[in-house]
Amino acid sequence: MPRKFTRREMIAGTATALGAAAVAKVGTASAQEGAAASGPIVTVPADPTKLQGLPTSPLGARSPFVRPSRSPVGETVGSSLTPLQELTGPITPSDLHFERHHAGIPVIDPAKHRLMIHGLVDRPITLSLDDLKRFPQVTRTYFIECSGNGRNAFRAPKPDMTAQKVAGMMSTSEWTGVPLATLFREVGAKSDASWFLAEGGDACLMTRSVPMAKAWDDALIVWAQNGEPLRPAQGYPLRLLLPGWEGNINVKWLRRLELGTQPWRTRWETSKYTDPLPGNKSREFSFENDVKSIITSPSHPRTLEARGWYSVQGLAWSGRGRVTKVEVSPDGGRTWEFAELMGPALPKAAVRFQYMLHWTGGEQVLLSRATDDAGFTQPPRAELLAARGLGTDYHFNQIVGWKVARDGAITFHGES
Amino acid sequence: MRHAQLVGLALALGPVIGACGREGNGPAVDASVVVAGYAPAPEYKAGYFGIGTSATRAQIAAWDTDIGPDGAELPAGQGSVREGEEIFRTQCAACHGASGEGMAPVFPALIGRDPRGESFDFASDPSIPRTIGNYWPHATTLYDYIRRAMPLYTPGSLSADQTYAVTAYLLAANQVIPTTAVLDAAALRAVKMPARGRFVADDRSPTTR
Repeated sequence: MPRKFTRREMIAGTATALGAAAVAKVGTASAQEGAAASGPIVTVPADPTKLQGLPTSPLGARSPFVRPSRSPVGETVGSSLTPLQELTGPITPSDLHFERHHAGIPVIDPAKHRLMIHGLVDRPITLSLDDLKRFPQVTRTYFIECSGNGRNAFRAPKPDMTAQKVAGMMSTSEWTGVPLATLFREVGAKSDASWFLAEGGDACLMTRSVPMAKAWDDALIVWAQNGEPLRPAQGYPLRLLLPGWEGNINVKWLRRLELGTQPWRTRWETSKYTDPLPGNKSREFSFENDVKSIITSPSHPRTLEARGWYSVQGLAWSGRGRVTKVEVSPDGGRTWEFAELMGPALPKAAVRFQYMLHWTGGEQVLLSRATDDAGFTQPPRAELLAARGLGTDYHFNQIVGWKVARDGAITFHGES
Repeated sequence: MRHAQLVGLALALGPVIGACGREGNGPAVDASVVVAGYAPAPEYKAGYFGIGTSATRAQIAAWDTDIGPDGAELPAGQGSVREGEEIFRTQCAACHGASGEGMAPVFPALIGRDPRGESFDFASDPSIPRTIGNYWPHATTLYDYIRRAMPLYTPGSLSADQTYAVTAYLLAANQVIPTTAVLDAAALRAVKMPARGRFVADDRSPTTR
């Protein structure tokens, strides 16, 4: 009976059988890439058709040649951005979904977790995770975007910015849960309830006020993401999902919903997540994320290696509905052409677009501009700057793009 | 928007979207894509499913600690500026700085009335620090936030008296109340913040950024 080989033996045996000259090693290129991008050193045979491959395993892993990485800041109060330039299609792999936490990621026992609904209701209740899963469920695809996404690119665009840095606080997932409207009907929401408070079970007990109209529209309580339970960083075991609305209000680790008659004016909807505007004022409860797009490929730090055809791709999304069109300018905004939408543009979900570029070796600036079905179009940076000021703090959707130099080098172009 | 409307809109827009494309740069939009909409949730009657456990008064009271802008839920207790200064020194200053100047980028400045901020012209310059004294519209928010989220490594550990005291110290240090003040529920409800009235509703439209 043939003996079973361990993964390690397989790899070692491969190297021995083929000789040192016939193999290459693939592993972490530099320590700076961080733990998320590191992995075991794998020996690559010169001809993989001449020996057995690796055995099956309990959990899949990326090819050792593929090493995407978020950009963690290493703080409990901080963010970690999605490497948009590494992705394909509209969905973000769950382990690359951006993070923004205000008190770290809590470890929550799902068996003990409860969602309480109280306040202006006929029957205040607590629901376990098992309880929630007995209600009629829905599965829908939505993006989540932190409203601070792109702040640095708006205030101080720099040539060495990457797509990850410019727009990496937007991720898209397929979510499964129960419509909030179903739960609010179940508890008998009173007719005078006009706002509800959502509270998370993290160490800051994150709280945001939400108009009841959103609950009756498309709000969800979700427990699954891309075919499996939520990742801890995305709110395991439960999160509020308010499609199209700024990331912070999609309260993670959700434990409580209180129905009332006015917003609570929590720290996160007064001191933070309000938008200073010209005229000595600040906009509050600016929930919807504005329509937005970014070309993710090619993008800095890639270099176009040769003249000829390239599939220019990117992502477009709107917090107000569907993206109806994406235009690409091959000449810095002088002329605009329609890009192809690659698949259905779902409401409040990112859609990938494509534009075939024939690069002839000249310098050119590629820009993208999305329009949604609510009639909004991305503005040039100068227009957004005039309307909101350099000191505005959230909701940056100015047109951005990339400059291609004569040698093919690509740099960020933020001065649309 | 309902399903039928979405489909109708997609069909109406299709020919418009598809009618372009520069010569030599490949195809434009595939106008045949019909966009999916989502059906609204069925309107079940209250209690239809009978799922869940009634929440008891004690359960609700244990979690329902939020303080709204009218301060109706503020608990009994009181605290002085002087008491708050001592708590700030021992429990807050390590992150927020001895003078409440903060430690960027994680720990925000709490204290400061930069002259450039007094006119609330924050849109002109992101470097003007936004603090409790010049940006927070409601004093009740301060009490609510301190009690729920602070101190960072022992959240929820401050008593009602201590929370009133720290709130009082921060308001006094931001020149909102006198340094001799003692705060309780009534006094905190009466505090009017300098930035109150500066906040406006979301008026974004396709032509209003």
